Amino acid sequence: MDARRVSQVVPKVRQVGFVTHSDPNPPPQASRAQSVPIESNSGTPSDSPDFSPVMIPPPRHHSENLSHLRSAAVAVPESSSRRPMWDDRVAVVGSYNPGNSLLGQPVSPNSSEVNSEASTTLGWFGRNSSGKFSAGSSFPGGGFDLTTVKMENFTQLEGKKPEAVPERGGGAAVEVHNEVSSSTAKAKTTKAERRAMQEAQRAAKAATKGKGGGGGVEVNNRESSSNTLKAKTTKAERRETQEAQRAAKAAGKAQGNKPVAAAGGAGPGNILRQPSQNRDDPAVGSTIAGSDRRGGDRPPERERKKDVPPPRMQFDDQGRVNKSKKRAVFNQPEAKNRVELFRHLPQYEHGSQLTDLESKFLELDSMHPAVYKVGVQYLAGDVTGGNARCIAMLRAFQEVINDYSTPPGKTLVRDLTAKISSYVSFLIECRPLSMSMGNAIRFQKSRIAKLPLTLSETEAKAALCNDIDRFINEKIILADKVIVRHAATKVRDGDVLLTYGSSCVVEMILLYAHELGKQFRVVVVDSRPKHEGQALLRRLLAKGLSCTYTHINAVSYIMHEVTRVFLGASSVLSNGTTYSRVGTACVAMVAHAFRVPVLICCEAYKFHERVQLDSICSNELGMLVLVLVR
Amino acid sequence: MTQIEPQNQLTLDLSRKHKIEGSQATARQTAELLRSVISQQRVPYTNQAGALIDAVKAIGEQLIAANPVELAVGNIVRRVLHIIREEDLSLTTAAIGGLNLSAVSDDENDDDRDGDSTLSAAAVAAAARSTLRPPSLQTLLEDTPVSAAVPQTSSSGGDSEGKSKSADKSSRSRKLKHDVIEAVNELIQDIVTCHEQIAEQAVEHIHQNEVILTLGSSRTVLEFLFAAKEKKRSFRVFVAEGAPRYQGHLLAKELVARGLQTTLITDSAVFAMISRVNMVIVGAHAVMANGGVIAPVGMNLVALAAQKHAVPFVVLAGSHKLCPLYPHNPEVLLNELRSPSELLDFGEFSDCMDFGSGSGSPLLHVVNPAFDYVPPKLVSLFITDAGGHNPSYMYRLIADYYSADDLVVQRRATAGN
Repeated sequence: MDARRVSQVVPKVRQVGFVTHSDPNPPPQASRAQSVPIESNSGTPSDSPDFSPVMIPPPRHHSENLSHLRSAAVAVPESSSRRPMWDDRVAVVGSYNPGNSLLGQPVSPNSSEVNSEASTTLGWFGRNSSGKFSAGSSFPGGGFDLTTVKMENFTQLEGKKPEAVPERGGGAAVEVHNEVSSSTAKAKTTKAERRAMQEAQRAAKAATKGKGGGGGVEVNNRESSSNTLKAKTTKAERRETQEAQRAAKAAGKAQGNKPVAAAGGAGPGNILRQPSQNRDDPAVGSTIAGSDRRGGDRPPERERKKDVPPPRMQFDDQGRVNKSKKRAVFNQPEAKNRVELFRHLPQYEHGSQLTDLESKFLELDSMHPAVYKVGVQYLAGDVTGGNARCIAMLRAFQEVINDYSTPPGKTLVRDLTAKISSYVSFLIECRPLSMSMGNAIRFQKSRIAKLPLTLSETEAKAALCNDIDRFINEKIILADKVIVRHAATKVRDGDVLLTYGSSCVVEMILLYAHELGKQFRVVVVDSRPKHEGQALLRRLLAKGLSCTYTHINAVSYIMHEVTRVFLGASSVLSNGTTYSRVGTACVAMVAHAFRVPVLICCEAYKFHERVQLDSICSNELGMLVLVLVR
Repeated sequence: MTQIEPQNQLTLDLSRKHKIEGSQATARQTAELLRSVISQQRVPYTNQAGALIDAVKAIGEQLIAANPVELAVGNIVRRVLHIIREEDLSLTTAAIGGLNLSAVSDDENDDDRDGDSTLSAAAVAAAARSTLRPPSLQTLLEDTPVSAAVPQTSSSGGDSEGKSKSADKSSRSRKLKHDVIEAVNELIQDIVTCHEQIAEQAVEHIHQNEVILTLGSSRTVLEFLFAAKEKKRSFRVFVAEGAPRYQGHLLAKELVARGLQTTLITDSAVFAMISRVNMVIVGAHAVMANGGVIAPVGMNLVALAAQKHAVPFVVLAGSHKLCPLYPHNPEVLLNELRSPSELLDFGEFSDCMDFGSGSGSPLLHVVNPAFDYVPPKLVSLFITDAGGHNPSYMYRLIADYYSADDLVVQRRATAGN
């Protein structure tokens, strides 16, 4: 329980950032300043940061949370009913602290440490030392959503730091925050609030037609949420009312189904609460809130099902294939001799797409040039590797968002989401998405969906771009650094390290270990058709590492002398299998046969909840020509 | 000896420079060479077999030394030696039999006892060896006692003639050479036709709609698959290309030309595909006495993957690939490292492979072994021209083809020289 308490402090500290941040801020932030305390009022906000924006292992948590909420919703006010739940989560965070100490770094995740953090005026990467300790926990335990949580705490501070540091001493910060929040919470009975109250009551009435307890909860939610409505965009309000009514109706219909109404009520509230967090500090956005909102007017079973990833498109389903072909931006000629075994996967004749796509450049007026460029890069194979592709895509989306202006008569949230979706499907046409990109897109969409309606367009765009930056920095760059540091401790003098293909993380590990002055030899195993290992070999040799190069068939010859195998991964699936470049399994298998330890290096944002038993059920097929021509 | 020198030299060259591809061609050429050695060898009046054996050993030693990794050479040399011994033995026993038959035609037990008591040490040794030989399925079915049955079977070749001419010593010496050459011809014939004999068994192993995986290229495998296809079996074949020589491409082309449904995959995709494969059928470079297999590089990977997915791993091997030696550290000792240029372009990496620069040791090593060793536990079945066998049965099969005296060719030969 110690740990629990300790980590409970963390989210509060995070809010120091808000408060101090908003204080000195000029008018535009005024609404934000108000919204912050309300969050704390409603009980969720201080907890919500526990969720990573990526919501990587979501299904379990979601459904747990939701069901918990629903069952508790009957009579108890929402905030209090949520508390214990959140405590549990927080406890988990604490329990991972041992994991941190594994890294050999003392863990003091409470305010004092954070304060020292805040007072240092380091740049983003100077911060890694602290960021690292948090993310490091993902290695041993694998509780990686938690690691992201922790990182967020730090990053928030960083974001705020310039303002925060001069304002207050760290020690006082926590208390200050508490005071401020409570006082501001009281202060807010605005017109908007009153109006929102009315709505809520209306909704509650509708809901109570069907049943008793749920209504009360709703009202509570309503109150807390509507507080944030300070700057009322009337449209949003109207929508909210509608939503609430719909929810209420749904609740009325499903009589025994009280939780629905509660959830429905909680949903909109979360929407509204979200904005302030989003803007101040995007990482805070609780994914729970998001899913609440979306699932608010749906029966719970469906809600739960929604967490399960939808089945992938099976390409032996002729009808669906034809449908998707109609939507396609450019035509992909189907392979003439399709491999029977891969009928469920797209099999295209490669080679002509690039020219076809290039010729259509001028016709694709709806396509953003940045996205187009990335698509062409994917298609031509200029950008490969999970991280590189993901970053390229996110950067393109950043440009898209920068250049975006909401067309008249549309809302940014919906229109931009649709736009991104169309871009994504274009990118999929160019090359199937990697799991990491799927996660990044999910993150991106949830960010957009949770944009506060109160934001002006420019603000929203800035917030989204900021989100993307943070995603890249935290989930990819910082995560890599943490992996590198941790993995380098596994390298001992005299080791012979084997790696397969070209994984950028593994490369960084090797170079870092070399920089540390460790004496080791590297075996680079390569295979057709891409011969990615040669590029890696060249880079390693340029840095003066001693290398042995061989092809995959000879791996059982060379494995005798190998002491460790480092492999990269495209994704780690929820049944524990690793999804990686073809041939990785061979190397791992041979290593196993020779009793050599295998270490897989994978950023946590690549984790995915899909399961897969072998490489055939889902895969990406490369160019056939590459196999035939050497 | 001088007459055969050029031919000998030719084979040595071929062995050294890898101009002969495949153990079958090597085996055939070795056998042909030995046949000519035998035919040109002047046979002394006494101990003809010994003279032939010495001659063959001398040549064999050179051949083996020329390319110790090509085990087929040694196998053939040993088999020719074995043939000489057997023929000599059969002539001897025939002579004895003839004598005995003319003198006392009693029952066979008496016959053996007479042989023991009266005749040469060679006959005693032969009898001893034949009793040492374990029973085969054929001898099990015939209910004659082993000790009695063996002399008859071993002398089957020259029995009828041997009886009549056994007394004539000069004809007998010609007879030995003649018989040996006959037997070597048979051996060559066996080597040439081993594909067909193996392929005949294909229908027993490949069934409708199965998926077969193979690696690299092997003529035996090609014929095997094609034989099943000819018997109207329809099945699919995955061919792993077999880096760094990519002979799988050739095999795939051949299979397609013969109308088999073929899919060419990269070696790295073997693990991915093997979960849908019903059987792995591969060729081998050599089969060791313990049932281990020396095979083209990459085979261990395939075998491990097959074991992981419980897919039968079947090795096709002609009997000329059976090696009577037990492997010790085969990955290193029975391997050969090929040129790095098959893997890397020298131009790009020339600076890194330079021994002269820096500390004197190059940063880059390139490893390009030619063979893999597949331990017997990974092999499900051997299919030879003598039928299908378990890896643990290999030593027994080998005992049929080789005599224990010849297992070490080199030392004996050097001692003789």
